[in-house]
Amino acid sequence: MSFPHRHLLGIEPLEPTEILTILDTADALREILDRPIKKVPALRGKTVVNLFYEPSTRTRSSFEIAERVLSADSLSIATAASSVTKGETLLDTARNLEAMNPDMVIMRHASSGAPHMLARHCRFSVVNAGDGAHEHPTQALLDALTMRQKKGRLKGLRVAIVGDILHSRVARSNLWLLTKLGASVVLAGPPTLIPPGFERMAEVTHRIDEAVEGADVVMMLRIQLERMSGGFFPTTREYHRVFGLTEERVRRAKKDVLVMHPGPMNRGVEIASEVADGPYSVILDQVTNGVAVRMAVLYLLLGGSAEAAS
Amino acid sequence: MSRLLVKGGRVVDPSQGIDRALDVLLEDGKVEKLAPRIPARGAELIEAGGLVVCPGFIDIHTHLREPGREDKETIASGTRAAAAGGFTAVCAMPNTHPVNDTAGITRAIVEKARAEGSVRVYPIGAITRGQLGEELAEFGDLQEAGCVAFSDDGKPVASARMMRRALEYARTFGLVLIDHCEEPTLAEKACMNEGPVSTVLGLRGAPAAGEAIMVERDVLLAELTGGRVHIAHLSAAASLDAVRRGKARGVKVTAEVTPHHLFLTDEAVRETGYDTNTKMNPPLRAEPDRAALIEGLRDGTIDCIATDHAPHTVDDKHVEYDQAAFGIVGLETAVPLCLDRLVGAGLVELSQLVALLSTNPARVLGLAGGTLAPGSPADLTLLDLTKRRTVDPARFESRSRNTPFGGLALRGWPAATIVAGRVAWKAS
Repeated sequence: MSFPHRHLLGIEPLEPTEILTILDTADALREILDRPIKKVPALRGKTVVNLFYEPSTRTRSSFEIAERVLSADSLSIATAASSVTKGETLLDTARNLEAMNPDMVIMRHASSGAPHMLARHCRFSVVNAGDGAHEHPTQALLDALTMRQKKGRLKGLRVAIVGDILHSRVARSNLWLLTKLGASVVLAGPPTLIPPGFERMAEVTHRIDEAVEGADVVMMLRIQLERMSGGFFPTTREYHRVFGLTEERVRRAKKDVLVMHPGPMNRGVEIASEVADGPYSVILDQVTNGVAVRMAVLYLLLGGSAEAAS
Repeated sequence: MSRLLVKGGRVVDPSQGIDRALDVLLEDGKVEKLAPRIPARGAELIEAGGLVVCPGFIDIHTHLREPGREDKETIASGTRAAAAGGFTAVCAMPNTHPVNDTAGITRAIVEKARAEGSVRVYPIGAITRGQLGEELAEFGDLQEAGCVAFSDDGKPVASARMMRRALEYARTFGLVLIDHCEEPTLAEKACMNEGPVSTVLGLRGAPAAGEAIMVERDVLLAELTGGRVHIAHLSAAASLDAVRRGKARGVKVTAEVTPHHLFLTDEAVRETGYDTNTKMNPPLRAEPDRAALIEGLRDGTIDCIATDHAPHTVDDKHVEYDQAAFGIVGLETAVPLCLDRLVGAGLVELSQLVALLSTNPARVLGLAGGTLAPGSPADLTLLDLTKRRTVDPARFESRSRNTPFGGLALRGWPAATIVAGRVAWKAS
């Protein structure tokens, strides 16, 4: 199985068939995680660097596990302990890493477009693990994998994405992926948190009840509490009352609705606890699928051998 | 007595309504006469057959960076870039280090330009001390030292009260205020235009309305005070509309646009994959804004084309997009871009382009030049409308290379620049 890209910078540049290739590969590789010995030699001799400029629990550990399962040699750089605190530029850090010949750098960065700069200037493959408010492609892939597992398809699904769309890279990657694969997306949130232009790509509403109505999937986005000072909404109390996902609101969706959240959650703000822990919640399945998707991305971009992966 | 004869060219001088084959005789730094077939009689000869000869181009919006950031540009390198780009004069914005807000700094710039400059340098003084928006700078002193206008460019005069006082006070000296129009609270941390492209890219945007609000304010304040305001680097359709309505009411308002706002849109940020040479302030706007600016050129609402030449080092640009410095160099690309994309594309007549680059800038700031009328300064720009060349930043005279136009093939380039009757630059 060959994959025509050297980098994974976002979902936007991918063809639908390429997205499906990643999902199919993830499905095939996921089984390895259930084995007693969770290790295959697919990426033996490949070096992967995890370069995280922003805190991350889920994404980083998920990449690290994927790297280990596939036998890549990997190291993780926590930027607080690196030369970044001494004022080194991103490009200098990247060129120093490049001089050590890694095959891939997985980067999370607060600046939108930072991985594009790395891809332009360096020889290694770049995987975007979240850049600013731009994209978080592996999150959208694991969300799609989860939906496909539970629903058997993506085409024709009605997916509501609710909350802080403005600052969300998860929303953007999901919007690209779901629309490319034929799902219909409705975005909901206060007008202060929905930027201009999305109405061209999806249905946009400011009433969460409308968004949830008949939905197959409701994806809640984290409200960053520091946003309140930006005047985007008056209080978390009001936010929860107007835009929060409650039991009552979930009932408007399809009976077999899936409730998703990329984490970390603010219980009682964007999502009520009884919903987060309810039977339709697949939030922990998302985490498991995250490892499988990241294995698939590593495998496809680094051109691992198929026999070694089986 | 120095004499220079520019022979066999097509003279295009909108100030006199001239567009025909004429020779131009320059004597002692002044235009002596325009006539067919002037005999050389010992004058130095410039063969201009096949070339267009116009009054020298004046860039009314240049950042020369000296004093303070000589790593980005100096008066010497910036004026060499101007000469090579077809400009015979530049107006130097005051956001240097220190800010040009006192006569001593103005004099230092003037003297340095006299000693090392390839073209004329007209300093622009700050409106407020340190460009801090709090106290007026000493306009009288600054004018005496050589300032031709005032501006806090790089930032707006945020306080309406301060802008009002400045417009009133500047009337004493008959000088124009140049405002960088941007409502600061709508542009906080913005690094591009707000719109569908910033949404997709996840970059913080500044809405076009933030510029238009300030332009509306300035037009109203100019009307209130009778002062003269010039809108720097106008970029949005709504701003243009404000200027158009102001002009119709007789308000003393003029406006400039940059080549990059005429020829690029915010799509460039996406197409280049976050290339920081697409980052400037005001940002590249959406296509309807761009189209409106072209229309504004054609209907005369826009008076001038100015470069907003903003040199930056590689270090200031080779960083994350939201961390990168704002601005691009423009002196060595403005003229060929306009010749190719405006005149070549049939959008603007050549004589109108000459007005936008020469006659009008001189009129707006009350500078000598902008005309080849006998007795005016012997500042000439010669153009080769048929020359094809590719923009090659490595060959720039400027110390900086930050341009989004590298590699672009353009038709129509400057051929020579004559300042005060001497050849300042000639195409090799």
